[in-house]
Amino acid sequence: MRIELRQRTEDSRLMVWLSPLLALGLTLVFGTVLFAALGHDPLRALHVYFVKPLTEAWSLEEIVVKATPLALIGVGLALVFRANVWNIGAEGQYTVGAICGSVLPVMLPDLQGPLLLPAVLVCGALGGMAWAAIPAFFRVRFGASEILTSLMLVYVAQLLLDWLVRGPWRNPEGYNFPESRLFEADAVLPALAGRMHYGTVLALVAVAALAIVLGRTLKGFEFRVIGAAPRAGAFAGFSERRSIMAVLAISGGLAGIAGIGEVSGTIGQLHPSISPGYGFTAIIAAFLGRLNPVGVLFASLLLALTYIGGEAAQVSLGVSDKIARVFQGAILIFVLACDVFIRYRLHFQPMRRPAARAEDAP
Amino acid sequence: MTGFEAVVLTIVTAATPLLIAALGELVTERSGVLNLGVEGMMIVGAVTGFAGAQLTGSPYLGVIAAMAGGMALSSLFGFLVLRLAANQVASGLALTLLGLGLSGMIGEAFIGQPGLKLERIDIPFLTDLPVVGTILFGQDPLVYASVALAVCVSRFLFHTRAGLALRAVGNNHASAHMLGVHVIRTRFLAVLFGGACSGLAGGYLSLAYTPQWVEGMTAGRGWIALALVVFASWMPLRAAVGAYLFGGALILQFHAQAEGIPLPSQFLSALPYIATVAALVILSRDQWRARNDSPSCLGQVFVPDR
Repeated sequence: MRIELRQRTEDSRLMVWLSPLLALGLTLVFGTVLFAALGHDPLRALHVYFVKPLTEAWSLEEIVVKATPLALIGVGLALVFRANVWNIGAEGQYTVGAICGSVLPVMLPDLQGPLLLPAVLVCGALGGMAWAAIPAFFRVRFGASEILTSLMLVYVAQLLLDWLVRGPWRNPEGYNFPESRLFEADAVLPALAGRMHYGTVLALVAVAALAIVLGRTLKGFEFRVIGAAPRAGAFAGFSERRSIMAVLAISGGLAGIAGIGEVSGTIGQLHPSISPGYGFTAIIAAFLGRLNPVGVLFASLLLALTYIGGEAAQVSLGVSDKIARVFQGAILIFVLACDVFIRYRLHFQPMRRPAARAEDAP
Repeated sequence: MTGFEAVVLTIVTAATPLLIAALGELVTERSGVLNLGVEGMMIVGAVTGFAGAQLTGSPYLGVIAAMAGGMALSSLFGFLVLRLAANQVASGLALTLLGLGLSGMIGEAFIGQPGLKLERIDIPFLTDLPVVGTILFGQDPLVYASVALAVCVSRFLFHTRAGLALRAVGNNHASAHMLGVHVIRTRFLAVLFGGACSGLAGGYLSLAYTPQWVEGMTAGRGWIALALVVFASWMPLRAAVGAYLFGGALILQFHAQAEGIPLPSQFLSALPYIATVAALVILSRDQWRARNDSPSCLGQVFVPDR
């Protein structure tokens, strides 16, 4: 028996949406094996990890809090990936967004007023944009691969944050902890309910806006054409360079908003670990959500569940919280594997029977 | 030991993991497969290598465990992109994310344990020679292995039939397929070789460079190795030169700190990453050359028809 891939004449639209569900099923199977290997009762462990957080109010709240940055970054990534641009440095844009957004609240703590919060958010967005503009510029001007440059800048951004909170921005009343001063009330994103804050509203707006841009506007069509067929796009008069700059700026800006939103809405100050890898997990959200803004929203909620489930598993089962990363990685691997069904049909070919081949010629 | 010797020694040990990982990725990319999972395979190699050495008591068995760990992860990648024709960029990223998670889980039991160190070779008389003694004759075995590997990979790629076939697969998979070269098999072997090298590079970190397990200890070296392949224009011996340059950038921070240069340590730590970006930009400027050097089918999916 040999497995052969046969290209479908048309991509299967059903499989586009079935594939993530299939991947989730496989992830659960993988989870069963993993927990059994770790010596836990798999059913109980999976219940603790994936079901219990959905039954309690505080953990549902926490899922929304964690899904907010994921969705903000993820929709931006859906846009860049659609344009066939590989921005994998969203974590860095998130960090620089958080830094730039914090300039006003940290350096001018006496500044107050209703305009402060919008200014903080705009600074965050601009910071993320500027950080994403670096690889964009290097790509369009010098042809340097944005994959490696954007990723390298993540490390630079994290070191910059580390330096700021240990050096010039360290809280004078902070007992030498590496953290900035707390944001004053006017610079804090107001709470919606409990721990949830208005960043979630921003995320929903971003999802809606990008769904419209990608699905209903000429610009969105342009990005998609450039991504799918750059030559065709060039003949249609679309500028590849401008598209690259535009999509990177938008996704960087959204990552920046996610960064400052998290700092202003959830944490309240800068410190070296403002992100449990949101910028990388959002890549998974983008793929799991089929590079579709609304899909990304649901994927973000699911990935937020993997974070919360990881914490729950650590507390009640005593397994490492790194298990969240393992599940996240596994989800992406399974969804990429299942995506094979979108473009190909699996064909099981009995070995050494060439005669069978003649009849199924197209 | 003089100051000069000490500097050269640290550059060599910093460069060795970069060189090993870059050579593996170079062969993989020469076959037309872009595996962005180097960082993930490296960190898994670092933890399996450390665990192997701790459990068996032999750093050499640790080295083998490191290679096995990298290979295991790369075979998963190979299955995804070669058998299931998955997107190579996304699959490589998935591999890195999975590798970072897995290594953290496996490594949790080993945090804080003193590791076993691959001993440096000590040849009587030769190692005692002034200046060149320790640099040439007093390194750990993997340093020599990495230099030998660079020469072997170069010989293999450009002076053997199998190497020619591998490059053919990377430059024009359709033609290679027509000529009877087994494209998928060739690529799978190249991916496995890349995985073994990445794992070994990770093992070098946890068995020779700093013999201990620290979470995330690869600190982006896998990504720097990827950049190094571009920097070397896919030539193994140039990769060796590049690795020593980047190794120099990596350890410059420690010496600068020791010299009392009044820059915050974070700026010096950022230097290798900034240097990598600068190197990529400078090398990509010549578009024609950049296009000529890279394997033409790099990153492209191949599905054999019949």
